[in-house]
Amino acid sequence: MIVLKDVLALLDGELLTPTTDPEAAFRTVFASDLMSDVLTSAEPGSLLLTGLANAHVVCTCSVADLTGVVFVQGKRPAPEVVNEARTRNLPLIATKMTMFEACARIAGLVQDGGHARR
Amino acid sequence: MPAAESAFRREFPVKGGDFAKAGAAACAIKELLKDLGIDSATVRRAAIVAYESEMNVIMYAYEARMDLAVTPGEVHITVDDRGPGIADIELAMTEGYSTATAEMRELGFGAGMGLPNIKRNADIFAIDSAVGRGTRLDIIIRTNGHVTT
Repeated sequence: MIVLKDVLALLDGELLTPTTDPEAAFRTVFASDLMSDVLTSAEPGSLLLTGLANAHVVCTCSVADLTGVVFVQGKRPAPEVVNEARTRNLPLIATKMTMFEACARIAGLVQDGGHARR
Repeated sequence: MPAAESAFRREFPVKGGDFAKAGAAACAIKELLKDLGIDSATVRRAAIVAYESEMNVIMYAYEARMDLAVTPGEVHITVDDRGPGIADIELAMTEGYSTATAEMRELGFGAGMGLPNIKRNADIFAIDSAVGRGTRLDIIIRTNGHVTT
């Protein structure tokens, strides 16, 4: 399992939904800017990494049972999107890292069995 | 594919071009199915079917009515739209084939996976379309659990 607080530390991330439990855990990770791909291929319980920052991301995660989102490369959703995520109890993280860098770091975390390298 | 007379039923209108409300019907259907005690895997499949269908209406049609009918054994979703219709259904069912605009793709959709993904999540799938009139989807998803109300 991948724990939210470790993702935050590894990606130098900002938690946009501060009421989220830092111990929230994700089964696996999926990365895409295409919500069509998320609906087709992402597994339930996944953490989504994306460069798309609109309301469809939150809706797609809700429909497909994804349980967290990292917005990469400095992308930030609008306040109403963040509010919608809060009501759905969906953790949102923003990072300035590129998609490649963020994926590489999380891949390292997964290979370490979920233990963050600091 | 008529649903049983005793089915739980709801109707959801969907308006073409209304991207701001995209997902409203799918999320409502998901909550209803959860409240009815349907198992989570079936709820997820039905929600994906509803969302992909809803996005297709919003992107390509003028308006539609999405009907949900639930019996202890199955979830039945029909989507009847008024729109341009599909000239070549076989081509439209091909993964990756899309007539989406750049605007649709920027929103994260239009990858040509919608109809194939609806079929993938359905136990029974039927599509009928007439050019210049519209398209009808008929989807049945068999439940693993049972309705509690």
